[in-house]
Amino acid sequence: MRSLPSILHVDLDAFYASVEQLHKPSLRGKPVVVGGIGNRGVVSTASYEARAFGVHSALATGIARRRAPNAAYLIPRFGAYQVYSERVMALMHELSPLVEPLSLDEAFIDISHLMEPIDRQSSRNATLKARQVADDLRTRIKTETGLTASIGAGSSKLIAKIASDAEKPDGLVIIEPGTEQTWLDPLPVRALWGVGPATAERLRKIGATTVAELRTLSHAELTAAVGASYGATLYAIARGQDDRDVSTDRELKSVSVEDTFAEDLLDPATITAHMDDLVTRLSGRIRKAGRSGRTITIKVRGHDFTTVSRSETTPNPTDDPAAIRAATHRMLPGAVAAATQLTPGVRLLGVGLTGLAEWAQLDLFSAEEGDDTLDFWDRDAETAPGDSDGDFDMDMPRGVVEGSAAPAAPQPPPDPDPQPDPADITTPVPTVEGERSPRQFGPLPPGTRGAVEAAGAERRLLPGQDVTHDEFGGGWVQGSGLGRVTVRFERPWTGPGRIKTLRSDDPALRLTDAADLAREALELLAGRGPDDGISIGDMTDEPAKTEVVDNELEDRFEIWHGDRLAGFAAYRRRGDATVFVHTQIEPEFEGKGLASVLARRALDETVARGQAIIPVCPFIAAYLRKHPEYEEHVRWPAPDSPAGDHSGDR
Amino acid sequence: MKFRVERDVLSEAVAWTARSLPSRPAAPVLAGLVFEAVESEGGEGDNGSVTLSGFDYEVSSRAQIGADVTEPGRILIHGKLLADIAKSLPNRPVEFSTEGSKVLVSCGSSRFTLQTLPVEDYPALPTMPTATGAVTASGLASAVSQVAIAAGRDDTIPMLTGIRVEIEGEKITLVATDRFRLAVRELQWKPEQQDMSATSLIPSKVLSDTAKALTGGDWVTLALSGGDAGEGLIGFQSGDGASSGAKGSRRMTSRLLSGEFVKYRSLFPSEYNITATVETAPFLEAAKRVSLVADRTSPIKLAFTQGEVTLEAGAGDEAQASEAMDAVLDGEDISVSFNPSFLLDGLQVIDTQYAQLSFTVASKPAVLMGRPALDAPPQEEFRYLMMPLRVPGQSAG
Repeated sequence: MRSLPSILHVDLDAFYASVEQLHKPSLRGKPVVVGGIGNRGVVSTASYEARAFGVHSALATGIARRRAPNAAYLIPRFGAYQVYSERVMALMHELSPLVEPLSLDEAFIDISHLMEPIDRQSSRNATLKARQVADDLRTRIKTETGLTASIGAGSSKLIAKIASDAEKPDGLVIIEPGTEQTWLDPLPVRALWGVGPATAERLRKIGATTVAELRTLSHAELTAAVGASYGATLYAIARGQDDRDVSTDRELKSVSVEDTFAEDLLDPATITAHMDDLVTRLSGRIRKAGRSGRTITIKVRGHDFTTVSRSETTPNPTDDPAAIRAATHRMLPGAVAAATQLTPGVRLLGVGLTGLAEWAQLDLFSAEEGDDTLDFWDRDAETAPGDSDGDFDMDMPRGVVEGSAAPAAPQPPPDPDPQPDPADITTPVPTVEGERSPRQFGPLPPGTRGAVEAAGAERRLLPGQDVTHDEFGGGWVQGSGLGRVTVRFERPWTGPGRIKTLRSDDPALRLTDAADLAREALELLAGRGPDDGISIGDMTDEPAKTEVVDNELEDRFEIWHGDRLAGFAAYRRRGDATVFVHTQIEPEFEGKGLASVLARRALDETVARGQAIIPVCPFIAAYLRKHPEYEEHVRWPAPDSPAGDHSGDR
Repeated sequence: MKFRVERDVLSEAVAWTARSLPSRPAAPVLAGLVFEAVESEGGEGDNGSVTLSGFDYEVSSRAQIGADVTEPGRILIHGKLLADIAKSLPNRPVEFSTEGSKVLVSCGSSRFTLQTLPVEDYPALPTMPTATGAVTASGLASAVSQVAIAAGRDDTIPMLTGIRVEIEGEKITLVATDRFRLAVRELQWKPEQQDMSATSLIPSKVLSDTAKALTGGDWVTLALSGGDAGEGLIGFQSGDGASSGAKGSRRMTSRLLSGEFVKYRSLFPSEYNITATVETAPFLEAAKRVSLVADRTSPIKLAFTQGEVTLEAGAGDEAQASEAMDAVLDGEDISVSFNPSFLLDGLQVIDTQYAQLSFTVASKPAVLMGRPALDAPPQEEFRYLMMPLRVPGQSAG
């Protein structure tokens, strides 16, 4: 155990609702509820004003509306939250390289390096230092974003986390080393990490309602009550034992790109062209990350969702698009044949690289080497964007390919040569075996998701969305219906604005990007004009929207980051219950708190449908233990539950 | 069929021919070795001969050995089993005799009864093309061993698993590459026709095995047919039945690889900015030591400064190693990283006291050559080109 209160846990208060209040001056100081706005929706976050009415996360929106009829009910604007989150995380990174984000609004920081000059014997001085650092951070978060944060500091993650919750909102609690147990003992067991109502009830039955009482229980008693693994954890944390490090272990394990197509691809040449495009994106990404990889994996999903993966391992790590492309060309025909055995058509293509290394074996025949080496791999390399350019920039304009969710046709590259009609270009691509297959760059339909988003004719104006009007300026949708839309024209930096009711098809009214508004607001706070063109807090490569969708065809909730599948929670429907069987986040998206976002949205949706939650998946189970608000909807699976009295509806 | 043969002669011939037998034969008969015994033609000291042959549709091998043949015949015996038996027999004459579909192998007091395979189902072996020239057995073996290290082992690009053989008059050039390094070796030979010019691509494994296996005689005859046509065949022969006594002759054919080899000559820089010369053996030893901390593909860094080279491997919080030794540097200081096994492979086949590394820039290929003495020019007959590793902090170009 550390002897200094060097771990901070930072938790933004009512994060989504707070951002909404910052962006919508008329809502400041008023009850705001962010979440699913329909009657079957579920509350994501309630402002503290709304919490006074008994509205809290995971409450059915229908119930929330009855409890707080005058609150503003808004859809979440993840783009904006992401921007604020990145800004706050950046502030933390200025303090310490050891920042471990738990979700968009929560992170641990290890500040032990700031305590180095302090006399290590004096925990009193260290505590003062922690207070000063935490206070400064809260002040900076407040001045630079307008948000309030609660911070807990202590000698372990456990203590810091519990401390940050002790005086929410806008609180700061520092537990002086040596006093942890005294401080923990009187707390109810529910204050401990992972203890939800069910566990609390089990513990109550064996005589523990407070941490002090919990400590009197033996390891065996705890194991009998809550299972071997959690029992051991509980035994340790009841004693304040937690020596986990703040982990920034976000080491890249793999890099992959994939596209789902609006219409199934049938033509081998088109499939190859799309794969080539993915390879170009993949190698751009891998180079940007300064890595190379040894195992190239392709993924092909057929019309009937048959998903086939093939991989090839090269003896030496590579980042060379020509070598990766050659490998995909070798694997693609077999994988496509296997995925389209029963029904023709390819709905998804993906390519990834694993076995990553920081060095790359240069290739004698690499296409990028210029004039003095042989362009052996692909004599037409210059027709593919980026191949001939070792410093290929992912951000170069690429038509619709990168910029939207629509994986559209590979665009003819910006080429000094005059481009023939794209529909007529057929570029022969010699494969390694010397065969020649035609590669067509033809106009292809835009992707499904993009098409839905772009369908202007059916635009849905939802409460909370950002809009701009040619005449009245920027504002947000307060309500809509019957061909009318009510817009409140105000911006984060204006005072409360006026309301106007317009026709929903008013051509002067356009939806705008929440992330852009968030950046503008932050820049203003930072004392820079919105036109300086500096994007703040741009920590990720591409600020992209995160959204969770229910893919009923595959029985899973999927979390999308921009146009890429970041992970999913697989489920099985069993009558009135939904069994969560498996949750996974793609390695490159790990550590961004996406799993929690996914879990929350998936569970909210399940509850909204009136379905009970059966958590077979350990991650979902752990999430539910941390988030007791779902308890009334959870049926714990029997085998791992000695207290089987919690199965069944209550 | 009945014959008697010396145990050593038998076991060596069986081992040699059985080596090219497929481990998973396409047809059961291909797991067999054909034994064909012929009686003496009446020459002095000629009691007859036995020819052993194996074939897997790609490679055929044929060994002829002297034997005391009392009854001629042709049978097919399971090759791997016979090889195991032959090498375990006591050092006494071995007698083979057939009894119906069985063959009895007896040696001293050991008796083996083996089931024969249907020899009539065995495919015909390709005929040996006409001889195109001859090369010394030791010269071929050493040249092939230098080049084979650079051949690819990955079947996905068959062309890279081959050794290209270019014949131009009295010069043969052998080339192999796995696209990360490339080895070129030139050697002299005696062509049948002085003005001949031909190229072929031989599976590297076959050529290495053959070159090693044919060191018995002084000369190896090369026979090339088809050449660039794709269905080409190359034959090797060492010794011949009449003159080489009991050990007899060896003959091997292999299908050639099809496909065009890379145009490799332009990969060699036309001139070098920097050359570094080191003493081969100590440098190899140092590189081996330092490489112990590098995993299979992680870099070994060579930092050359005036008079010295520092070898370094390992990174970050893992094991690290470094070693410095004398080097003669001509040009600016340079620091280059390589795959350690590529470097070791190359150094191991340099047989001169000194080795010279030539560079243009750190991200371009480096060339390794042997150098007999510091005051002698490098030997250009063998050149080993290595592509460096790009390491963090170094640009792509």
